Amino acid sequence: MKSKLSSYLNEYTEAAPLAVFRILFGLMMVISMVRFWMNGWIEKLYIHPDFHFKFYGFEWVQSLGVYTYVLFFICGLSALFVAVGFKYRWSVSIFFLSFTYIELIDKTTYLNHYYFISVLAFLLIFLPAGAYFSVDAVRAYKKQGDPSMSGDLIPKWTIDSLKVLLSVVYIYAGLAKLNSDWLIEALPLKIWLPSKFDTPLIGSMFGQPWIHYLFSWFGAAYDLCIPFLLLYKRTRIFAFVLVVVFHVLTRVLFPIGMFPYIMIVSALIFFDAGFHKRIVLFLSSLFRYPLELLESNKKKQLINLGKQRIALFVTAALLFFQLVFPWRYLLYPGELFWTEEGYRFSWRVMLMEKSGYAQFKIVDPETGKRFYVDNSDFLTPFQEKQMSFQPDFILEYAHYLCNHFTKKGHRRVEVYAEVQVALNGRLSRAYIDPNVNLAKEKESIRHKNWILPFDDAIKGL
Amino acid sequence: MKKIVFVLFLIGVMVACSTSDDSSQDDENTGDFDRSAMLANWADNIILPGYADFSSEVDEMELAMTDFTNTPNLENLNALRTAWQEAYVIWQRVSMFEVGPAETNGLRLNLNIYPTNTEQITQNIEDGTYNLSLSSNRSAKGFPALDYLLFGIESTDQGIVDRYAGTNGEEERNYLTDIVVDIRVLTEEVKDAWANGYRDTFVNNDGASATASVDRFVNDYIFYFEKHLRAGKMGIPAGVFSGTPIPESIEAFYKADLSKTLFLEGLQASQNFFNGRHYDGNGQGESLSSYLDELDTMKNGESLKTIINDQFDLARTSVMSLSNFSEELNQTPPIQFLEAYDEVQRAVPLLKVDMVSAMSIAIDFVDADGD
Repeated sequence: MKSKLSSYLNEYTEAAPLAVFRILFGLMMVISMVRFWMNGWIEKLYIHPDFHFKFYGFEWVQSLGVYTYVLFFICGLSALFVAVGFKYRWSVSIFFLSFTYIELIDKTTYLNHYYFISVLAFLLIFLPAGAYFSVDAVRAYKKQGDPSMSGDLIPKWTIDSLKVLLSVVYIYAGLAKLNSDWLIEALPLKIWLPSKFDTPLIGSMFGQPWIHYLFSWFGAAYDLCIPFLLLYKRTRIFAFVLVVVFHVLTRVLFPIGMFPYIMIVSALIFFDAGFHKRIVLFLSSLFRYPLELLESNKKKQLINLGKQRIALFVTAALLFFQLVFPWRYLLYPGELFWTEEGYRFSWRVMLMEKSGYAQFKIVDPETGKRFYVDNSDFLTPFQEKQMSFQPDFILEYAHYLCNHFTKKGHRRVEVYAEVQVALNGRLSRAYIDPNVNLAKEKESIRHKNWILPFDDAIKGL
Repeated sequence: MKKIVFVLFLIGVMVACSTSDDSSQDDENTGDFDRSAMLANWADNIILPGYADFSSEVDEMELAMTDFTNTPNLENLNALRTAWQEAYVIWQRVSMFEVGPAETNGLRLNLNIYPTNTEQITQNIEDGTYNLSLSSNRSAKGFPALDYLLFGIESTDQGIVDRYAGTNGEEERNYLTDIVVDIRVLTEEVKDAWANGYRDTFVNNDGASATASVDRFVNDYIFYFEKHLRAGKMGIPAGVFSGTPIPESIEAFYKADLSKTLFLEGLQASQNFFNGRHYDGNGQGESLSSYLDELDTMKNGESLKTIINDQFDLARTSVMSLSNFSEELNQTPPIQFLEAYDEVQRAVPLLKVDMVSAMSIAIDFVDADGD
């Protein structure tokens, strides 16, 4: 067993797949950054709001105001450097830090796919993706005497770790769909699809119940099976066609930005080295890349064995974390979809239709004066929308209101939330205990006992 | 190489498919529920007749105003007051249609900003020169300004008549005339724009995007209900958002017994619109309620349509059981008024959460990615 493991860890393979992955990932990120900038979202999401919702433990991350543009520029530039493989380890580290910082500014904008990118970028720091077909390799070659930079063989586990990460994303997204709402009620697709009636060609069918069930079941089966179909050589092409069809369909139906494209190019990592080698050779001919660097048959040594050990350890720890962390919801009482305790960072993608309406009542216990807050005075429409059905947002906002009105001359204020939330087509119902003074409740990772019970059951994982 | 070509082909297909969807505005509407029929019902049976009716009430008001400014006496004052009241009530039926021409024109902002700014009005009358199209004058014109000019400018009816009579009253007469004409001109512009082209623009924009007519109009409708009906006519005067009642911020402050009527008219208009009831009261067409029926939105064995209508009814019953709003607001605190407000408030999440989520309509559409 031990020798099997150590021989696996010493197995080397061609570096081309990792190089192609690096190039495509970098380019996708450049496009994402440019797109974000062009859409005016930097201003709208990160500069304009007076107040930002923070992730637990990351309250110290602040908006940089107008310098957020600089941050985006750094992020985009480092992504470009990643793509061309220039000072790779520095570039990908800076990309990871700047991208993650941006995401931490405001959890209103949290998306699974942004989290995915952060995780992926973090992993890439520890993989030798810049060693082959890169500016770094050429520079080292020209300097001579640095054989480690011109290797075209890399440890096999480095490529496999990406495959495992992608598989986890898909399979966990699939497992999350194994619940009664998704499979038996075809929710939320039953709600979402009919409103897409103007989709070309197939829109007219979206009112049909059998379509809702077909999409639900196909979606779940797709997520659960696709990693295996991609891993198995004989089904790989078919699987990739499925990947393209599936993600293009989701792109047409839902406003999910760059995510489908990122998943499509990521899936290429499952293809054989020969396939990537042809891409590399094709690109080399365009850029007159020194061919002797591509076929040197040298093993890429990760500078020294110690660093390789660190890389291996971090990768293993990250993958273990990914396997375990999504199950933390089991430690909380109540329905996950309702409380959302343990919902994020678990690859629960497009899983429920949930919305809410929240009013906050400010009470001055000394004078007995009470009034309601106009949320639009403090939050952007996007923030208000996200806040109104997520307990941690509600609490954070309540604290913000408490501070605001304490400063405005009240000596002590109490904050009560009256929130109505509708989940997957159920009638909206009271979400937060209206008699609990949220100003006195502390944020923690413990269960929030002021969330009112769901009083219904969604069975399954 | 074959594989690369194949992949390139796939990427090509993918780009082609996904770019075509951004701009596609398919006229073909083949969903189960006919959204364009609903839009046509809104336009032809509710909005256009609504503006026609309102416009003729405004014309009546202008005639009465001319009579009064020509011959300022008690009889003509009362005739003008009645015409003003009738037009103001009918206004409540069209106030929610702040879309298209009315939005461009800012009809609601120009016709019904209250509380009215009496200092500004007095200033304007004294100056004799003013530009009513300036946004700074919005709170010095429209129906609330007329409320003041016809009921509050002097303490007795005879005093009011005297104010407008004789050579001294010329400035007042001019201001009165200008304000009524301003209402008439803006109303006609909106009515004509609907009749000359906008109706088709509105009905044909029957897609599913956030800029399609249904999505935008439902947003406007809910905004009206939440901000103007619920907050403006009841919540703000009752001090819901400030902690202490602000009685002078009530609609029709000077004609104090009218506020409740205006609220109830707005509530009824909201409910009628929800149910697609024709403006003339005869018949019903495709509407938000029939849309909900089509989507088969059952909640605990009851249809959402019924739940929403029941809440509208409950709100109406509890407001009707109140005395005049001004009397209610004199109570400290105005408990019954606040209880009635709560019933109105309860309709908001039903519309803003349950209804739109059933229809997959984005409220305050945010142009950002989801996942």
